[in-house]
Amino acid sequence: MPPPIVEFVNVTKSFGNRRVLDDVSFRIDAGRSVCILGRSGTGKSVALKHVVGLMAPDSGRVLVDGEDLARLDSRDRSRVRRRIGFVFQNAALFDSIGVGQNVEFPMRRHTTLSDGEIRSRARELLAQVGLERDYEKMPADLSGGMRKRAALARAMALDPEILLADEPSAGLDPITAGEIDALLVALRDRSRTTLLVVTHNIPSARAIGDELIFLHDGRIIARDAPAALAASDIPLVRAFMSSEGGG
Amino acid sequence: MRFLSSVGDSAQFAGRVIVEAVRPPYEVREIARQLFELGCRSVPLIAASGFAVGIVLSMHTRASLARFGAEALIPAGLALALVRETGPLTAGLLLSGRIGAGIGAELGAMKVTEQIDALEAIAVDSFRYLVVTRVVACVIALPILTSVMNFMGILGGFTAEATITGMPFRTYFRMAFSSIQFSDLIPATLKTAVFGFIIATASSYLGMHATRGTEGVGQASTRSVVSSSILLIAANVLLVRLIFFLYPG
Repeated sequence: MPPPIVEFVNVTKSFGNRRVLDDVSFRIDAGRSVCILGRSGTGKSVALKHVVGLMAPDSGRVLVDGEDLARLDSRDRSRVRRRIGFVFQNAALFDSIGVGQNVEFPMRRHTTLSDGEIRSRARELLAQVGLERDYEKMPADLSGGMRKRAALARAMALDPEILLADEPSAGLDPITAGEIDALLVALRDRSRTTLLVVTHNIPSARAIGDELIFLHDGRIIARDAPAALAASDIPLVRAFMSSEGGG
Repeated sequence: MRFLSSVGDSAQFAGRVIVEAVRPPYEVREIARQLFELGCRSVPLIAASGFAVGIVLSMHTRASLARFGAEALIPAGLALALVRETGPLTAGLLLSGRIGAGIGAELGAMKVTEQIDALEAIAVDSFRYLVVTRVVACVIALPILTSVMNFMGILGGFTAEATITGMPFRTYFRMAFSSIQFSDLIPATLKTAVFGFIIATASSYLGMHATRGTEGVGQASTRSVVSSSILLIAANVLLVRLIFFLYPG
């Protein structure tokens, strides 16, 4: 049986006196889409950053396809990271280069594609997220939602096996949020990409997630399919699932 | 205690720069880009400042040497003063402001907007791509920019002298350069490579450790200028001592 593509094993992480992740363990199989939900400040984004090795646990292990990023050397860590796409909460586009160049960047660094092929692929990715006319623009010229979409295009540039998205629809209008959700679902269905999405937008979570994980005070308090969680006997989970807001 | 911790931290950072700078693969394209941004774009400032410094230095030199009836030594005196100390130190301090503030602000802004994390997530070594490239570019650029400053300073001196005495260009430059020896020019110019290392490393360290949003970026920028200026002045004392030890004449 293949190992889970992402696995947290007794992960604990603190910042000063504040324990953000408290003995968290879970497994995600390849091709699944899982949403991590919880109130603001419960460690959702911190959990996501552990998967790509931007943070290391104080104790426990985070494994990507059986490999512990915290224990890999820089070359092997780079190899694993190339399999992962990350959409940051605030997009984190490189603001000194254009939108098109942002999407080209991972391909220029890690592929042997020609200039023309890279540009063509970047345009194709931007078209998929509805930004085909914004290739030459600078990130500062884009709205928040457009920056998020450009960041998603960049995250997909290397055809990642795992896509991590930190609040992809936060701050977006419902229609644009729905378009982002549809993009993520299409990615999962078309390429069998494993999705791990942090959100507190319940409609998005229902649309994207095969399963939802609830974090509260650094611990997992529930994990199940959206429909099952709607009938959870945990009041916080029920309250979350019955809300239509968030984002 | 906190101060000692950050001194240790920054020393470790500087050591890592040296190790990573000599280890392949090299970010040649990015180094070239930084050389243009940090080096070429500094030429107007350095050239204009050098010219102005040359004029002022010439006026002061004339005022001092006229007391002894030694006006004929003005070109040589000016050239020696510029090449041995005024040019390198002035270039270093000017560039600690222009380059230091720029690097501190740019990397600080990247830090607080998660662009550095984004680089790491795209499997790019942010230290080599952002820090090492800037340090290498500055180490290369500073001696070149110092030479520009020295030349423009001598040109400024000529302009001041020609205005007063009508001395021909060729005569002035022959008199100026005849006094300059290898031990005057090369060590003093090459010491600015150390200045480049200090400016880029200090400001990169402060930028990469910026916190607290726009306030933090502003602090990183300001501290970059102050720290690199102080470190540069202190290093200059040691380097001048070393130069005099190696070239006592």
